[in-house]
Amino acid sequence: MATTLPKTDIVLVGVGWTGGIIAAELTKKGYKVVGLERGKTRSTSDYLMVHDELRYANRNEMMQDLSKETWTVRHDPSQRALPYRNHGSFLIGDGLGGSGEHWNGLTYRFMPYDFEIRSKTIERYGEEKIPADMPLQDWGITYDELAPYFDKFDEMIGLSGEENPHPDMPKIKYPTAPLKETPAMKMFREAATALGYHPYTAPAATLSESYTNKDEITRGACQYCGFCERFGCEYGAKASPIVTVLPVAEKTGNFEVRTESSVRRILHENGKATGVLYIDTKTGEEFIQPATVVAVTSYILNNVRLLLLSKLGKPYNYETGEGVIGKNYAYQMTSASSTGFFEDKEFNSFIGTGALAGVLDDFNGDNFDHTDLDFIHGGNIALGHYGRRPIANNATPKGTPSWGKEFKDASIYWANKYMGVGSQGSVMPNKNNFLSLDPQYTDQYGDPLLSVTFNYKDNERNQQKYIREITTNILKEMGATEVTTPGDQEDWDTTKYQTTHNTGGAIMGADPKTSALNNYLQMWDCENVFIPGANAFPHNSGMNPTGTVGALAYRAAEGIEKYLANGGGSLV
Amino acid sequence: MSEKEQNFTAKKSTRRNFLKNSGLTLGGLVLGGAVTSLVVKDTEETVTTSGPAHSANQNETVNHNKALMFFTPEQYSTISAATEQIFPETEVGPGAEALLVPYFIDHQLAGAYGLMSKEYTKGPFYPKEATPLFGHQTHLTRQDIFVLGINLLNSEATKRYEKKFYELEAEQQIEILTAVEADEVELNAATTPSYFFKLLRAATLEGVYSDPLYGGNKDMGGWKMKKFPGHQMSYANMVEKEEFVEIEPQSLTAQHNH
Ligand SMILES: Cc1cc2nc3c(=O)[nH]c(=O)nc-3n(C[C@H](O)[C@H](O)[C@H](O)COP(=O)(O)OP(=O)(O)OC[C@H]3O[C@@H](n4cnc5c(N)ncnc54)[C@H](O)[C@@H]3O)c2cc1C
Ligand code: SF4
Repeated sequence: MATTLPKTDIVLVGVGWTGGIIAAELTKKGYKVVGLERGKTRSTSDYLMVHDELRYANRNEMMQDLSKETWTVRHDPSQRALPYRNHGSFLIGDGLGGSGEHWNGLTYRFMPYDFEIRSKTIERYGEEKIPADMPLQDWGITYDELAPYFDKFDEMIGLSGEENPHPDMPKIKYPTAPLKETPAMKMFREAATALGYHPYTAPAATLSESYTNKDEITRGACQYCGFCERFGCEYGAKASPIVTVLPVAEKTGNFEVRTESSVRRILHENGKATGVLYIDTKTGEEFIQPATVVAVTSYILNNVRLLLLSKLGKPYNYETGEGVIGKNYAYQMTSASSTGFFEDKEFNSFIGTGALAGVLDDFNGDNFDHTDLDFIHGGNIALGHYGRRPIANNATPKGTPSWGKEFKDASIYWANKYMGVGSQGSVMPNKNNFLSLDPQYTDQYGDPLLSVTFNYKDNERNQQKYIREITTNILKEMGATEVTTPGDQEDWDTTKYQTTHNTGGAIMGADPKTSALNNYLQMWDCENVFIPGANAFPHNSGMNPTGTVGALAYRAAEGIEKYLANGGGSLV
Repeated sequence: MSEKEQNFTAKKSTRRNFLKNSGLTLGGLVLGGAVTSLVVKDTEETVTTSGPAHSANQNETVNHNKALMFFTPEQYSTISAATEQIFPETEVGPGAEALLVPYFIDHQLAGAYGLMSKEYTKGPFYPKEATPLFGHQTHLTRQDIFVLGINLLNSEATKRYEKKFYELEAEQQIEILTAVEADEVELNAATTPSYFFKLLRAATLEGVYSDPLYGGNKDMGGWKMKKFPGHQMSYANMVEKEEFVEIEPQSLTAQHNH
């Protein structure tokens, strides 16, 4: 029998980026927040031995322990889904701060086009541009409405950036100066400018200078140490929950974090949540934490699974297109990337931050004319200087064998003489890409795993083909002596890292029939449940998601405050 | 035994001393059991007071990490030969053996990596149904797959040349590894030869380039070849430098040297 604890105002399922933001905002307003986090506690002193590629990047020290819980994966509903037995395509965080601890820190805002994608696509190209099996939807909110929340996230993390010179992209004032530019980034800027594009230095959550935010959190400047992507920052220079929002929440005295507390169900009665059921993983004891509001902040995949396990909301049915929980799952693509080899250069490629990059948006969103193209949307294009790890990076020119003498000598010869120009390809929704509960495999407690049914469709494959030519041209313009590409986008490879930018499954919108959440991230079917993760995205854009996730978390925090002040009710 | 005496013994201790102390003697006697091959091998080579793993030079510290946690000596020799073909010694620098990659793989297999402690190992399994895009889909652990792979290398060597894999000429080893990588040999198991090869190649590169604390990348020799500086606290003042900056590499022990 589970022990019932005293009621709190807000309970958080998971304490990463979204949980941290809700905690800080509502505790500052005087509300009591209990944060339940399945993983261990953390501080920057845990990162003193962090410059270890094998442990952190290959053995996934900071990621979810898959022996306890994982996902099942398949390409389409006709297949049997198989377990994601070891980490590959995406890496899901675990422990205080969540993926917000080992993220790269590239911090963008989705484009005005994204939020009204259906209307704007029809307006410019007509309805026939949208394939019948693509449930493309507006978000129920516009960029202008979200702008103040983007500003809040940028201010809190001290985002380091430079104005995006593209005429169709919003003008943003960044709290701190852009990061320094490496010689390779300069080459990218010059080449892209010569080709008529609009390159700039990517907005980075790895601070260019020391910074104090409105909550009086001071952090020092980034050291470009190169152990950033997949690693925690021992300097606290990379914005993460444990060095920003969590100390603010703690200082109020209104926040209680319980780590090693894994939530198994959202409890509800008569269309309202009463609290959550969780297990203390140290003792194995079960507890019920009653709350006025439940904020589901456990990363998109876990958020959607918890809704399905808790029987909250109507599950999506791919055959009828009805139901909303699991609908519009999307991801991203990286196969438009090209690698350029520079015979006469030697780059300091070991230097980098997770967010050090030159980038351009000329082929992102609807910034280019799609009239004669066989796809919609696009992706950003970037040259990254993320700190080249020696185990992971062994690029060689075309035709080099993958092992033996020739491989060894070539991989060493070229080690600091190549640069990649990549793209983060957007993925549009498809009626056969969705999340559901697996009929066969279970977690350590016997609960069904979440099943991911996903593949790249024609829209995506055509888009990557088009963008690949551009990334190749940029490298040629930069003076590369040889350029290689990974070839056409194939079926989803679950074993190769692509991105941890999973989206959808509990999406926001203006209509309860086609969306799970309103534009305050409040559940249509359960008014005291708020779910501010990337699960809310009706499609995935061509850039990293967390700037937008952060904005939605601030929006949800405001929604929760209103909800509590109003004494309940739907906010729209 | 006093501490001094103990140290003395440790330094003097060699494979032959070990055998003597264990009550086994050489010469004329037929020895049964596991140590036979070692003894025979040693006596066939020049008889020295110290085995190859030990240094005659009293000033050079013994690397206590050079011992086996998982492989049998024969499995070790097989893997050692295979990693050396994947990442051979060349004019550019040391190969997998000199970088102690085979010890790295042995040590990794003995722990979480070999047993897949942080991976989902529950059934049912459908190895035949899973394309490579779905990765590891078998009840076999990495320990099992390495042992199966090693047996495969040796059975192929016997079939083709009537020798053990590690006794073959380089070209013969390359020929067998190429066939294994391409699934051109039979493996009667719930995995494929190419999957074993993929694991072996990845583990070899890990052993070449991981921090020396794991037993490979001897003297940071892998990093030196790539001019990778390892663990450094800051590059903030070099980001904009046009020319390449060569930095003496440093491993994590520098962070822990109290
Ligand atoms: C290697 C890597 C690089 C990335 N780089 C970037 C980048 O450059 N730019 C960008 O925009 N985004 C990036 N991301 C994505 C970014 O990290 C996420 O978008 C962000 O952290 C999502 O916030 P969240 O609150 O939804 O989830 P998280 O921050 O992951 O927090 C979720 C928390 O919930 C906990 N939890 C899960 N289930 C339960 C449960 N049942 N009970 C209790 N607790 C639970 C988890 O342990 C975790 O701590 C990257 C991600 C990875 C892995
Ligand atoms: S690169 Fe900068 S932000 Fe990233 S871990 Fe190193 S010091 Fe921290």
